[in-house]
Order: sequence, then structure tokens, then C-alpha cells
Amino acid sequence: MKFLRRFFIRLSNFATGRSADQRLREEIAEHLAFQIEENTRAGMSPSEARRQAALKLGAAQAIREDHHAEHGLPLIENLLFDLKYAARMLRKSPGFAFVAIATMALGIGATTAIYSVIDATLLHPLPYPKPSELIHVEDDLPGLGAQDVGASIPEFRDLESSGIFQSVAIAGHGADVNLTGGSQPERLGFKAVTPNYFAVLGVGAQLGRTFDPQDTTPGYNLEAVIGDGLWRTEFGADPRIIGKEVRLDNDIYQIVGVMPRGFRDQGSTSEEQSVELWLGAGYSGLPFRPPQRDLRLNRAVIARLKPDLPVAAAQAHLDALVNALKKQYPAEYPAQEAWTVRLVPLSESVVGSVRRSLVLLFGAVGLVLLISCVNVANLLLARASARGREIAVRQALGAQRTRLIRQFLVESLLLFVLGGIAGFAILFFSRKFLLQLVPESLPHLNAISINWGVLLFALAVSVAAGTLFGLAPAWMMSRYDVNGTLRQEGRGSSGSRERSRARQILVVSELALSLVLMVAAGLLLRSFWELFTVQPGFNPDRVMTLQTWLPGPNDPSADKYRSAAQESVLLREILRRSRTLPSVEEAAVGDSAALPLGHSQPFPLPVVREGVETSENLAPEIDSPIVSPEYFRLLSIPLLRGRLFTDEDVAETPQVAVINQAAARAWWPNQDPLGKRVRLRLDAREVPTSAQPPWTTIVGVIADARTESLADAAIPQIYRSVYQHPAKDLAVILRGALDPGAISAQARAQIQSIDPELPVFQAETLNEVLSTSLSVRRFSMEMVAFFAATALLLAGLGIYGTISYLVNEQRREIAIRLALGAQRGNILNMVLRRGLGLAAAGAALGVAGALIVSHLMAGLLFGVAPTDLFTFAGVTLVLAAVALAASYIPALRATRLDPITMLHSE
Amino acid sequence: MKEKPDVLQGTLVLMVLKTLDVLGPQHGYGIARRIEQISGDLLAVNQGTLYPLLLKLEHEGSIASQWGASDNNRRARFYRITAAGRKQLRTETSDWEQTAQIIARFFKVKAEDLP
Repeated sequence: MKFLRRFFIRLSNFATGRSADQRLREEIAEHLAFQIEENTRAGMSPSEARRQAALKLGAAQAIREDHHAEHGLPLIENLLFDLKYAARMLRKSPGFAFVAIATMALGIGATTAIYSVIDATLLHPLPYPKPSELIHVEDDLPGLGAQDVGASIPEFRDLESSGIFQSVAIAGHGADVNLTGGSQPERLGFKAVTPNYFAVLGVGAQLGRTFDPQDTTPGYNLEAVIGDGLWRTEFGADPRIIGKEVRLDNDIYQIVGVMPRGFRDQGSTSEEQSVELWLGAGYSGLPFRPPQRDLRLNRAVIARLKPDLPVAAAQAHLDALVNALKKQYPAEYPAQEAWTVRLVPLSESVVGSVRRSLVLLFGAVGLVLLISCVNVANLLLARASARGREIAVRQALGAQRTRLIRQFLVESLLLFVLGGIAGFAILFFSRKFLLQLVPESLPHLNAISINWGVLLFALAVSVAAGTLFGLAPAWMMSRYDVNGTLRQEGRGSSGSRERSRARQILVVSELALSLVLMVAAGLLLRSFWELFTVQPGFNPDRVMTLQTWLPGPNDPSADKYRSAAQESVLLREILRRSRTLPSVEEAAVGDSAALPLGHSQPFPLPVVREGVETSENLAPEIDSPIVSPEYFRLLSIPLLRGRLFTDEDVAETPQVAVINQAAARAWWPNQDPLGKRVRLRLDAREVPTSAQPPWTTIVGVIADARTESLADAAIPQIYRSVYQHPAKDLAVILRGALDPGAISAQARAQIQSIDPELPVFQAETLNEVLSTSLSVRRFSMEMVAFFAATALLLAGLGIYGTISYLVNEQRREIAIRLALGAQRGNILNMVLRRGLGLAAAGAALGVAGALIVSHLMAGLLFGVAPTDLFTFAGVTLVLAAVALAASYIPALRATRLDPITMLHSE
Repeated sequence: MKEKPDVLQGTLVLMVLKTLDVLGPQHGYGIARRIEQISGDLLAVNQGTLYPLLLKLEHEGSIASQWGASDNNRRARFYRITAAGRKQLRTETSDWEQTAQIIARFFKVKAEDLP
């Protein structure tokens, strides 16, 4: 209490600047007067009386200082004083201050920028309550090399009753549905989720309600929950939206709830996360197939763990459950497929895809920050030699060492914090521009924001870096030999050797760090270039794709495009009319899996080979696009053997398929695949029946094309004819000298003149798709390259400063050498050798570091080895050239020294 | 010449409070003088140090001060003890007495007294 009272009075005195000095002076004067009077009475002479009184009082100045210290808060006062002094010193050398602050602004600004991305993605991946309880249940079949195949409904029920989870939901995956009834049929992404989905996430509606978790409707329950964005754009934020009916794929749904603003769905792609329509479904009745233990749904299963149950314990329970199920149902779970169920924290499955790129970026930006810090530390050391006299004088006047260190630390902290604030300010004001650079495929792009947390991060980094990198220069500066410095008139003091060694170490580490960054950038650049110039195996030039969606009503018999024969009529008409569009040379249709590089999620299906596999559960899984006969010709994918589809391959003729070479190699090694027969399971796109799928004969083999991923040369694919297998997710592919701006409207007009309820969306050129598929790689490559260039610039500045400093220190020696007849070329050589020596040391260290880093990032490389000699040699050469150029200027200055003036002036 | 021992801060506080308690409001010189007299000149305060201490006590609320006129009609700052100061004095006095008694007992003990 007393302490607090005292503290607050002192604080208020300090804050108001009230001084008690006048009062004390009066009191002391009084005191002395009393004492003198008394002394005089005791018989002293007036002067003696005054002297004795003063003696008895003690040192007046010390008392005043004590009094003053008691009155206010000396610690803060000193700090303020130091700050004022530091600000004055910075103002006195604006060039130094500008360079140092700009360097730190760059380092801290870049780090903070990347941090803001990481903050939104890796650190806060799940905007739901108690996110640590949320997990993704992943079914794997390692025996077949298949991952995340999804659970079947009976398994899902086993999970629900296992006692491990509070609740389990099938999350569905992004799918399409047509919203009709507005001015234009519209295609919406939606997720079919079990009614307890929102209960698992723990988020309620802002308007109305979410699905009833107890709802047990086997098929769609005809209730829809919409997102805030859709509510605003499509329904004008109608407050009476609840209970309204909407027509989705010809079925009437009732809107029961609107999710709150800012609600973001879970999922691994930004497409999934921006879904704004959810339909409740039990996944066990029409239009879904009847539940069957070995009928995997291919849908994500998410769950909320029992409170405080660690994932490892839950996994142990689950393993036991899986083993029991395998014993109970040996036919459904053959040993070969080695079925396992894995619990993956939902946060991980949400950001897994970009984690590597982001960690790489953060590492790169961390190096840039480190280099900026080293550079500023170097500048501070350089200033130390310029301020030698000042420091020596202050020490001679009795400044304590700790006091000096504290003051230098305050100076460097001021620099770093100013740099941090400047960096943050630049980031804040350029955020709109910077966000445009971030590829759209990055998950949580919308959640990236420059908020208080990010500001706090910037400040924390500034203070930490300032303390760390200010301490060493401060310590060295305070170690001046007072006598030596003062006597030598600052011509170089005994501490200078130590400081110059420190500066050389700093420059070497700077060079090494920038080499590491440049190698990383070089390797990424080469990977990107390799990918960019890789032969995709198909010709993307002058090709455009657009998509439509055939409504799939919940009652299959209401579907007017139910059978292949029914759909063929539509498809042939679409193709015929597409060819009449201006400058269209060729047209093809397919399903969305047939879109090269354009689909985020392939749906592999088990392929049962005749005479090899006996059941679907043992079959390998394969991607199976559905295409029209013109597809291969349009994309210039050459036929190697057999034949392609023809217009005569229809529902009534035998089922045929075309495979790529990778599939031929993988599934029929050293055999002729032509004429082989496979059974391909019916997938979700087709009408459910319980009949065995018919045999499909392989009739042709095409060359491998990188239609799945540019980085992957050969993924097995089996193509089927669209006239034999109806598809709902239709893609129209056009070749010709097309006008991308007009084609979408023209195609929409043609397609809707056939069926006005069909939406037409996502018109893109194939080259755009190609470039988008590389966007994350391009982003990280560009960022790392930018960081590397920055690092190189900083390292160049560092080596320039250090060599200049060395030349300055040695100017007497150089002058004497010149006076004794040394050639200017020799002097030039001598200085350049210093620079090259530093560069060589930095390069050696850097190459070692780069080898470690390049192996760590091997997963991000394509077509280039982590030890790529060309990159390493090239980067080292560039570094050496920059070091040489940076040393050349001070070297030239050294040769121009005039020995006579120089030696006279000293 | 024998140096007069410095007064420990804690004891000085006690002396100041006691002086003000017994004599009523006093100016700085009066307090210093009084302490010197009672300690029999043994504790000649480095008198100036009294003033920062008085300020601290005032901040803590044990004493209060105001300007006034001294006996010979000069302006001087007078310090008086407050209620909180009296309470502090009481507790510190009993603490001090307890400590003194314990120390005294230690000094009384002779070797043969120990069991």
C-alpha cells in the first residue's frame, strides 16, 4: 500500500514535471541559517560558523540528487534522457539513420508480411470453437496404395457409437448444383453434409437454424443452409428468407438458416472453404446407394473428439475398433488392402498443401531479416569508430560502463523500432497491392489481414532484434581505452582491431546467408522454368474450356438426362451448335475430370482387371475421365496403339475404354493391353443400381500427357466415352482463334437455347489454367527471388562498408607504401584481395549452408537436383562479382590517396 | 579522530517519527538537532540526508508538511506526524523492542548458563 502510494505520487510528479528542487533549496538555506546562528552563539567567527554548518550538512549536490531521485522516477527519467539523446544523435547523422532504418524496415516489413499470411493460415486455420478437438478421420488402404478413400455408412455408424467422439459428420466435398428461378440459371458450389455437421464445427446460424442433428432422413432432407455472402448477393439480405423455397437441380429445398458473416467452411482448397450452400443428407437413401460396408463414400469425415481426449489415445481406441471390425467382417476387409483409419488434426488437413511453401518463405524471409540485422549491427560498429572520442570523453568524465551500454542499447533499439514501425506502416499501406500478388489458390486468402497481432509481432521482432544485435556493438563501444583514444586523437584505438574483426565476421556471415538464399532462389527458379517449359503432352494453345452442370434430381426417374442415350442427344446438339460459333475449329465435351489441370480433386475409381483381381476392394484405383471422341484430337494427344472412341461407341454397343501409356505399363506390364477387359465401378455420377458393372474392353493406348499435374509425367488414366457414361459435370472444350471475352456469352446462348436451365460458367483458356496451376510455385519462387536479391544488395552494401572502413584504418600504411614507391596497381590488388578473401570465406560457409537447405527443400524442386552444380557455381560467381564490385570503389579510393597530404595531416 | 557512525536508514525513520510524535510539528533543522541531542552527539547525522528521507516519508503518508513561521519568525517547512505515521511508529517500536530484547538476551548469556 505504502509502496504503491509512493509510486503513484512519484509517477504523477514525474508526469507533471513538478520539481521539489526549489523547496529543498529553501529548506537547506533555512537549515544552514539555523546552524550558523547556533554556531555563532557558541562563539565561532562568522566564516568558521558558516564553514562548520556546511560541513555538518554534507554534500549539498548529492543531497539534491537524492532528493530529486526520491521525488520522481529516475529509471524512466534516464530512459527518456537516453531516448532524447539517441534521437539527437540520429538527427545528427541522417544518412546513417536513413540507411539503418530503411534496412530494418525492409527486413521487418518483409518478415511481418509473411507472418501475416502464416498467422491467417498455419496459426489460425480453424475459425471454430475448441479447434484442437476437431479431427479429420482418414481411411487409408496402404495395401493398395490408396489414401483417404472415405468411410462407408456402416463404418460411419461404428465411429459414431465408438465413444471416442462427441459427434461425427460426413463433410461432403465441394459439388455443384444449379439454382434456377432467377434471371439466369446459376451454378453453385455446395456440400452435402450430414445434419450434425454444424454441431461438429460448433457454429450456429445468424438467422434461423442449422440442421437438426437428430435428423435421420436417409436422402436429402430438403433443407438448405446458406452463407452470409450468398444471402446478400442472391437474396438481397432478405430478413424473411427463412422458410423460403429454392429450386436446386429441379428439387425444392427450404432455406432454414443463414450462417454468420465471416463463417468459413473447412476444407483443403479455397474452393471448398468458400462454399456457401449446405444441404442436409443422410447418405443412405436415394439418390445415394443403399449402405453397404464395403461401399466407400469418398467423402471427408470430420469429428469432434471427446473433451480432453488426446489424439494419440483416441487413435489407440480406434485401432482396436478397426481390428475388431476386420475380424468381424473378413470378406469386406480383405487383408491385402490393409485398411487403417487415421486421425489427423483438422487444422493439418486444412493447410497441409501449402505448409511447405509457407515454411520455405518464412525461412527465406527470416534470413533476410537476419541479414538486415547484421547489416545494421555492422553500421553501428562503423559508427563506433567515428564516436570513439565522444565515448572516451564521457568515460573520462565518470560515465559508468553499464550506463554507456544502456545508452547505446537505447540508441540501437530506437533504430530497430523505428525501422519496424516504418516497415509495418509500408506494409499496412501497400496491403491491397501486396494481396494481389498472393495466388488465389492459397487457402484462407480472405482471412489474411494486417491486424493488431501482426503489429505486435512486428514490434516484438524489432525489440528482440534490436536487443540482440545492439548488445554486441554496445558492449564493444563501451570498451574504449580512454587514455589511448584521447591521446591518439581518435586515430584508431586499441579496440579497433577487435571491432574490425567483428565487422569482418559480420560481413562473412552476411555473404554466407545471402548465398544460401540465392541458391534457394536459383533452384526454385530452375524448377519453375523446367515446369514452365516442360512438354505437357497436350497442346494448350488456342483452347478454351467452359463448364455446365446437368441437374441431378434426388429422384432419378425425374432426371431427363438419366441414361447415356438420353444425354447423348443433348451432347451431340451442344457439339453441333458449338462448332457453328465464330472461329471454333473443333469442339469436344467431357466431364470435369477431363479438364486438363483444371480440377482440384480427382475421384479415382477401383479398376478390376479380368483374371487379376477378384473384387473391387483389391483393385488399384485409377483416375477415369469421361470424354467425347474428339477430345484426344483436340488436345493433340497422340494415339499410340489401337483406336480412339468413335461416335458409334454408344450405350447399346460394348463398353470400351482408352488408357494412357502409364496405365498400360502399370496394370499390364509387358503385355498387350489391347483387348483386355476391366470392370470399372459405377461412380457417384451415375444412377445407382446394384448390378455388377459390365466388362469394358481396352481399345486404345494414348501417349502420356501431364493432364493431372505438370510436375507428374505419367499418372495412370483410363478414359471412357461420354456416350456410354453420362456425366453431370460437363466441360465443353473448344479450339480455334477464340475471343475469350465473347465466347462465354455466345456459348451460353447456344447451350441455353437447347435447355434454358443449364448454367454456363468458368470460361477459361487452357493457358490460363496452366499458369494458375503453377501459381503457388510462382508465388514462392518470386518471393524467394525477391528476398535473395534484397539479401545480395545488403551483403554488397555490407562488404562495401567494411572494405571502406579497412581502407580508412589503413590509410597511413597505404600512404607510406605509396610514398615509398608502391605502384597504385599493387594497392588496388591489396584491397581487392581483402574483399575477395571475405567473399571466399562467405561463399565457403554459404555453400555448406545451402547444401543443407537445398536438401530440406528437395520436395519443392522439379527437374533439378538439390546439388545442381550450375546453380551453385552461378550463384557463387554472382556473389564474387558483387563482392568484387563493392570492394572496387574503396580500393580505387585507396589508390587515389595523396601520400603527402595524408602523412602531413596525421 | 573517531568517525561518528552513520545512522542506519531504518533507525533514522524511527527516530524521525518518534521525534515528531513527542515534540509535535518540527522543521528539518529541529528534527536533526533533536536527534543529535538525544543520541548524545554520538549520532551526528550527515544532516542533509534527512531531507530525501523526509520526502520519502511524506510520499508514504507517514508525515505531512507545510510552510510556517519558526520561533525567530523565519519561514520554515514544518513536518508533523499523521495518523498513519503513528500507527507505523507503534508497530516499528514494538518490532525494535523485540529485536533489542533478543540481542540483549544473547549478550547476557555466558558459557556456563548453557545446558
